[in-house]
Amino acid sequence: MTLSTSSNFAKPDDAFRAIVEAHRGLSEAQSADLDAALVLVLANHIGDIAVLNEAIALAKRRMLDAGQQQQQQQQ
Amino acid sequence: MVQTKTQFGYRRHPDQDRAGTDVAEHPVVVVGAGPVGLSLAIDLAQRGQSVVLLDDADRIGEGSRAICFSKRSLEFWDRLGVGQRMVDKGVVWSVGKIFHGASQLYQFNLLPEEGHKRPAFVNLQQFYAEAYLVDRVQELSGIDLRWRNKVIGLEQRNDHVLLTIETPDGPYRLHAGFVVACDGARSSLRQMVGAEFAGQVFEDQFLIADVKMTAAFPTERWFWFDPPFHAGRSALLHRQPDDIWRIDLQLHPDADPVVEKRPENVRPRIARMLGHDKFDFEWISLYKFQCRRMDKFLHGRVIFAGDAAHQVSPFGARGANSGLEDAENIAWKLDRVLRGTSPEALLESYHTERSAAADENIRESTRSTDFMAPVSQQEARLRKAVLSLAKETEFGKRMVNGGRLSVPSTYDTPLSTADRDTWRGGPRPGASMPDAPIAAASGQPMFLTEAFVGKGAQFTLLEFGNGAAIDAPEGVETIRIGGDDGLADTRGLAGTRYDAEAGTAYLLRPDGYVAARFRHPTRPALDAALARAAGLNRGLS
Repeated sequence: MTLSTSSNFAKPDDAFRAIVEAHRGLSEAQSADLDAALVLVLANHIGDIAVLNEAIALAKRRMLDAGQQQQQQQQ
Repeated sequence: MVQTKTQFGYRRHPDQDRAGTDVAEHPVVVVGAGPVGLSLAIDLAQRGQSVVLLDDADRIGEGSRAICFSKRSLEFWDRLGVGQRMVDKGVVWSVGKIFHGASQLYQFNLLPEEGHKRPAFVNLQQFYAEAYLVDRVQELSGIDLRWRNKVIGLEQRNDHVLLTIETPDGPYRLHAGFVVACDGARSSLRQMVGAEFAGQVFEDQFLIADVKMTAAFPTERWFWFDPPFHAGRSALLHRQPDDIWRIDLQLHPDADPVVEKRPENVRPRIARMLGHDKFDFEWISLYKFQCRRMDKFLHGRVIFAGDAAHQVSPFGARGANSGLEDAENIAWKLDRVLRGTSPEALLESYHTERSAAADENIRESTRSTDFMAPVSQQEARLRKAVLSLAKETEFGKRMVNGGRLSVPSTYDTPLSTADRDTWRGGPRPGASMPDAPIAAASGQPMFLTEAFVGKGAQFTLLEFGNGAAIDAPEGVETIRIGGDDGLADTRGLAGTRYDAEAGTAYLLRPDGYVAARFRHPTRPALDAALARAAGLNRGLS
């Protein structure tokens, strides 16, 4: 299996909203705790180490891109 | 206390009376009479080699140290004739429990199936194991065990190693065909060959206390994350023989070792853990550890085994057990090379197989250590999430890492012949042989591992009967299950564990690992598999 990056939810806004709402009213630390648990729950649901590694790589690449943009803006 | 003999005398050996260039020659010298060196010497001697075994001390080390000996180690010791004594004295256990705070997260059983001669683990103080091995050494004629013989010099020559050995009577020299260095984590031989020994240092300190008490705890391994008696850290409780309990407490990285080790500081902490203070200290030790291995386990004619070659964190019982796996791996290979029945190149497979096993042990125990002592805030957060998820989910329980206990590695090795037939199960080439209950021709119940020991732990063909016996190559022993005159698979478990059909055969190496397996072996296929496993067909593939 490979990581699916096509849109899988019938209503993507509902999914985004559900995650956002889960964080409502939480402190930064509580939000981080929630995210950690959520990542583990979802990773187990996927249950495929190759897909998980791809997901990590994709998420990390976004982070790096954002970092580079920030650097360029500063220059 | 200890009834076994732990103090031994130095005795001058005639080798020390030789003068000048007249130096005694020995085919194999093992350095270090710990569990690994002793077991290796016994294995070699039982295979007919004469072995010189040197140790720089004259007594068995203090403290319980390694206490968990695995099923695989016990099976090895069965081959050496000491397994039963270890099990009789040891505390048998297979259940572990993991607690978080005051509540139990889950429990596991390391040996959930029946029909194995040996349990998942026995707990036994290392000094007992060593004492029983020394007793066994003294029963055998082939081992010359020399106490207070410290190797202080090593020179590699073309066809031997020249050792200089310090004794109470002064130094002397020996020629060794091969040297096996089993001289522990601070190996002086490793320094003498100039080998690097780099790896990861863990900052956390751990306190070991062996306490004597009569306690109502069950015979299980109990591990706590953040226990009420030791907030924020981890703790381990394990039972040993003689009403001794091993307690392992993780300390803060900045704790002062001298202060922490004082009994008056250890006592209240353990009293909180046990709920009473009716115990006496047997041994207190404080340690930090590293995870590291040598790049190469072979340095010319010097071979490294056990802690001398690799070190792991203690969580997982992978130290002494992996050293014993080293010993059983090198023993038969060295025996064949010394006999000239295999080329020296066979020894390279020792490095291939055991360095990969060391990597696996380091990986597993590093993961356990990181889980116990998270190195960043986010790691701590992820661990917290796992521990909280473990309360209500199965996947969370399985992610909790309080030590993954030692199981033998499966070797990816040039000695194996790749499967050509179709298998739905059973040990693949490179895996160790699973045990199974069987019955002798007389009807007497026995175990498959006993049949293997009975054949002398040689290359052995394990056949599942199908009319005529297979024409086994010369020098290969045969264990036949289900034939007219063979052993009976009374409960069908041997057949299941080996995915056997009529005609199935496994070629086992002398260390009990699978070299090859066939649905219907032919003599040429067996000959080729044997040659490959004995290192005789280098260049062929």
